[in-house]
Amino acid sequence: MTILSVENLSKAFGGIKANNDITFNVDQGSILGIIGPNGAGKSTLFDLITGYTKADSGKVEFFEKNIFGLSPDKISNLGVGRTFQKLKPFADQTLLENVMIGAFVKEQNIKKARDKALEIIDFVDLIEKRHHFAKELSTGQRKRLEMARAMAIEPKLLLMDEVTGGVDQKTIPGLVELIKKLKKTGVTIITIEHNINIIMEISDNVLALDQGKSIAFGPPKEIQKNKEVIDSYLGTFDAA
Amino acid sequence: MDKLIAAKSEPLWNTNNKVISIIGGLVVLLFALPLVGLNSFYLHLFIMIFMHAVMAQSWNVIAGFSGQISLGHGAFFGIGAYATSFFYMEYGITPWVSILFGMFISGVFAVLIGIPMLRLSGHYFAIATLLIGISFQVVFQRWDLVGAASGLWVTMTPEDSWIALQFHSSKVPYYYIFLFFFLISFFAVWVLSRSKLGYRLRAVRDDPQAASSLCINVANYKIIAYVISAMIMAPMGSLFAQYILIIDPDRVFNIEISIIVLLITVLGGIGNVWGPIIGASILIPISEYSRIYLGGTGGAVDLILYGLILMIICVFRPNGLISFIPKNILERKKQR
Repeated sequence: MTILSVENLSKAFGGIKANNDITFNVDQGSILGIIGPNGAGKSTLFDLITGYTKADSGKVEFFEKNIFGLSPDKISNLGVGRTFQKLKPFADQTLLENVMIGAFVKEQNIKKARDKALEIIDFVDLIEKRHHFAKELSTGQRKRLEMARAMAIEPKLLLMDEVTGGVDQKTIPGLVELIKKLKKTGVTIITIEHNINIIMEISDNVLALDQGKSIAFGPPKEIQKNKEVIDSYLGTFDAA
Repeated sequence: MDKLIAAKSEPLWNTNNKVISIIGGLVVLLFALPLVGLNSFYLHLFIMIFMHAVMAQSWNVIAGFSGQISLGHGAFFGIGAYATSFFYMEYGITPWVSILFGMFISGVFAVLIGIPMLRLSGHYFAIATLLIGISFQVVFQRWDLVGAASGLWVTMTPEDSWIALQFHSSKVPYYYIFLFFFLISFFAVWVLSRSKLGYRLRAVRDDPQAASSLCINVANYKIIAYVISAMIMAPMGSLFAQYILIIDPDRVFNIEISIIVLLITVLGGIGNVWGPIIGASILIPISEYSRIYLGGTGGAVDLILYGLILMIICVFRPNGLISFIPKNILERKKQR
């Protein structure tokens, strides 16, 4: 079943077409990886889907409901969670408080919200850090915080912007495992990644963007053989 | 799993029994103080501390919790003052009821001002509220129905009256009334800070974009904070009007009111429930003593001292004096 359908989505900033006629579908329970060089329009695409930037034209349907033009809070209320490329933790609040703010979407009772937040924090392996202020956490831990906070609203679709970006090599495998663990909970994931090996490992489908345009969409094995993708992004990609 | 179970079994709040005992003792002490024969000056001093602490707490809700710096908050103080005096003078309505009118009118104005203004952010919102605050003063200076620039002189009752909220023989009843509102306001804001609304307001303050990704309508929550803040401020204007029995636009809509509540909160600690109490307990005595020893309005020396204190705080303690108290005493304990 299609959970998200994007048709002919376009956005221009002045003369620059950040997203140009983007079309793709995401199946429920799958992981869609989005790749592309810097400036390809990946994060803009996330902003258009989640309502942070208003698209010029196109159509976005979530569970066949048109969400084009809705505000970010309304879109998240429908079950679309997201993380940000430039991390946005509530810095002066503890990890637990950060996740509780998300948990309050479904839980009105403060104790239930706290317990639910603790379960999610445990899920992302940060239970010992729960009383630490967000600003005290490392980049990798803050990435987990954002994932936990987004999970707390019980999203059906989770958009994650460069989960493994800006973290050290030792931290990356843990974050990849966490994405796989998230998928097992049934949540559908769209993830932007620069690390091509990770995208190939975790994705069911891959969308390749270049200069705002969709240049390829399909299973990872097809994408890595696609000439246009190789020319614009992969270069001499070695799947090993 | 064991760690999760242990975490779930923790109390919701780190209730430090020593701190609770100290707070309880201070409350009892505040109730007992007039009984030990405080003279009129000290009663007045405490009344001013209570009043300004509540006003600062009101400002703390909009600025400290939701992150919007309002420089025109004195407007709600003035609305409260005029609501009580006007309805009492014109219709004989007891101030106890018109305090509620003042709160309601302030709340309505907060919505009307908030809808267009809260779309602004940062400095733009601050400047806009500054102008709104001044415009209230200008309008009331020219509004004949409420006495224009001369203001309203509340008719004095021949004797002390709880219904008319006038006490001429002693300041003690005023002391207890202000103390009551002080305790109620602080308890209400303390509850707010620990509620779902409090969490969401802090999210809006810290990062509006991230907040909206968590189903929070940022504009609505800013308006809610503004309304709550205005409704806390208005009763202080009402009580102040009954305390001095004469109000005019220069006194109750003065821009200085908006600045002082800001100074008190920043000095004590913005965004912290205890900050306004600490700030008011230090700044108000400075103001009153400078008035006594330097005459009139304190020869503006109090303002110079405010400025100096504020500069020192901003440089050395940007989180206010509350930051001298270890966080694990007032807030949840961090586990390392």
